[in-house]
Amino acid sequence: MKAKFLVPLILFLVLAGFLAFGLTLNPREVPSPLLDKPAPAFRLARLDQPAQSFALEEMRGQVWLLNVWASWCVACRQEHPVLVDLAKRNIAPIVGLNYKEVRGDGEIDARDMPLDTETGMAIERARGWLAAHGDPYTLSVLDIDGRVGIDFGVYGVPETFLIDQRGNIRYKHIGPITPESVEKIFAPRIEELKRAG
Amino acid sequence: MPADFLVLPLRARRALTICATVLGVAGGVPAQAEAEAPAARPVVEDPVLEARVLELSHKLRCLVCQNQSIAESHAPLAVDLRNQVREQFVAGRDENQIVDYLVARYGDFVLYEPPFKLTTLVLWLGPLLLLVAGAGWLAFRLRRRAAEAVTTLSEAEHARARALLEGGAPSSSEENRS
Repeated sequence: MKAKFLVPLILFLVLAGFLAFGLTLNPREVPSPLLDKPAPAFRLARLDQPAQSFALEEMRGQVWLLNVWASWCVACRQEHPVLVDLAKRNIAPIVGLNYKEVRGDGEIDARDMPLDTETGMAIERARGWLAAHGDPYTLSVLDIDGRVGIDFGVYGVPETFLIDQRGNIRYKHIGPITPESVEKIFAPRIEELKRAG
Repeated sequence: MPADFLVLPLRARRALTICATVLGVAGGVPAQAEAEAPAARPVVEDPVLEARVLELSHKLRCLVCQNQSIAESHAPLAVDLRNQVREQFVAGRDENQIVDYLVARYGDFVLYEPPFKLTTLVLWLGPLLLLVAGAGWLAFRLRRRAAEAVTTLSEAEHARARALLEGGAPSSSEENRS
């Protein structure tokens, strides 16, 4: 009876606790259902040699990163120096998935453009960007229509997937990789996967 | 900052701005758009198919504009996903197969109506639980009040009440003090 006045206070504190916890969550981060599952197979044209293609299976046996990028993506600019540093450390090859290079750029209407023209433009823009900012990628592939992106559940650029020797996705990083995420997440996990074989 | 990484391409940003402006300056923006589009091509070739695409699209959440369905959103990804839905309908797949296809890639998040399973139990049953608890509490209170309400006045209290109702001065000495 005497503690009755505490009831609203306690209810308030519980509610405030829930709301405070909610503030720490990032609603943009959608957990990927692909974690610990085989990475979707793809075969795409290479950015450096468009006549040749590259398939996911070619990375079998290696621990590697698949980084989704595009020249129109502003956050990729923030992330890029970190990738260049990571590549210099040589701990894991980074494959670039160049995502909708032309179509993602609102300045260009690619709807009525023949695929050849669009591919040419994509190659020119993507190569120019790598020449200007440095190329951390073992190689990049061209996902012109974003179809492979959909298979990987990509919904924003940049995104990065850590893939193990058996081709399973072990981690998905949403948003730009920061030096902290390299030290705290990528480097230790890569080492761990390499040790596990 | 993880929250602001998502860089919408210009077209999407423009679409959002339009969404926002239309609310404020209804008429202004659409009129301008009309002036810019000289000859609109028929967008829909197969109305039946398009209706199916639209119906399913309303049930799927856009991952870029997370409070819109892919039917409403102008984000390029939503356009891509609508095209996927259309292509798969054309290929003869049914609604469930398409939903499974998207859930396999984007998770349950892509569904506007979350499935009923262990992790969503609180979501589905929570409101019902609150309703039942509230109704229970109300019933309990009403019963207690009914039990308490039967109070009888003494003869002196009756007399005082009568005096008050008739406009007479209160006779109790307590009242006179104030």
